Amino acid sequence: MWVPAAIFLGVCVIVALVRVFLGPTTPDRIVGLDTINTIVVMIMVILGIAFKEVILIDVAIVYALLSFVTTLFIAKYIEKGKF
Amino acid sequence: MAIDIITYVFIAGGCFFNLMAVIGLHRFPDFYTRLHAGTKCTTFGSILLIIAVLIQSISIWVVEGGSSPQSILSLHAFIALIAILVTNPTGAHAIARAGHRSGVKPVKAIVDDLEKEDNA
Amino acid sequence: MRFIVTSFIAFLAYLLLTTASGKVALWSSTEIIIGIVFALITGALFRNRFIGKNFRMLNPKRWFLLIVYLCGPFLWALAKANIEVVCLVITGKINPGILKISTGLENDLSITMLANSITLTPGTLSVEVSEENGDLYVHWINIKEEFLEKMPRDCKSVCGNFPDWIRRIAG
Repeated sequence: MWVPAAIFLGVCVIVALVRVFLGPTTPDRIVGLDTINTIVVMIMVILGIAFKEVILIDVAIVYALLSFVTTLFIAKYIEKGKF
Repeated sequence: MAIDIITYVFIAGGCFFNLMAVIGLHRFPDFYTRLHAGTKCTTFGSILLIIAVLIQSISIWVVEGGSSPQSILSLHAFIALIAILVTNPTGAHAIARAGHRSGVKPVKAIVDDLEKEDNA
Repeated sequence: MRFIVTSFIAFLAYLLLTTASGKVALWSSTEIIIGIVFALITGALFRNRFIGKNFRMLNPKRWFLLIVYLCGPFLWALAKANIEVVCLVITGKINPGILKISTGLENDLSITMLANSITLTPGTLSVEVSEENGDLYVHWINIKEEFLEKMPRDCKSVCGNFPDWIRRIAG
């Protein structure tokens, strides 16, 4: 029952990726990227539960924290125009 | 058996809210409203999916006893949920502030106090 | 004191992540030694950043209130917010705008908690914080008409009774 849910969330990631390519302004693209990050963390957790691998969930925790840092840096970049 | 049905309901709810977040990214007109959909709905969908994981783990824990590997899996999944809950609204706040400072104005806004403040 | 508290919290987090790795009361001895070393390094590096002016958050009553707040009114408001956003996604009727509300909270931690709370609750998203007096600029997705007339906006209709809870938790 877990693998179909992961495949469904993968389809959601592809639909959000369309917004990243289309988005008229830079903040639009970042909103799509932020959504993709959260959904990818959930896919990793679900696959870890499905295959009973703890290492996938550990990678998911690290990915969540690092994607937060990435979001903060891109926000600082579009705020000032440079680092 | 009843526990399986409850788990299915929570998984379906989580997938539904994630799908609504992604559709909201395409239906809303500007970047602030897209941020509403992309932040709130994914956070709530994550909470529902982790609740499904915890229910399944507790049912296995009752049958097999405390030292099964499933309990470690559910503990780490709960820590991942805490990480999502702390970082997601903070990131949304950073994106919104950066977007407003870089000059993206809300579409069809009927009032904008922050703009008045900048002009005054 | 700050060094000890920071190191101890880092050590607890390490133990939580490596549960059931060995025989010494759930942990293996190498994990415990490595955990102590890294906790001491973390405490030496971050002792002035992790804890602010005083130690009021070490009170267990505040943590208990925080858990009650997260499981009770916060979760209920989060569920309502999501159903509202789903209705807006399906119907597509929106009425957005940016409002200024004054909250009356003082320290940084409580303003951060309030901003995160109202980001996840019905129809609102915090955009900007005024540094000197703690005012919040809030993007509201569906503004009610009668709310626009009063010029000092009352924060009651935006954030409910969240400021009272947060003043009790982190004030």
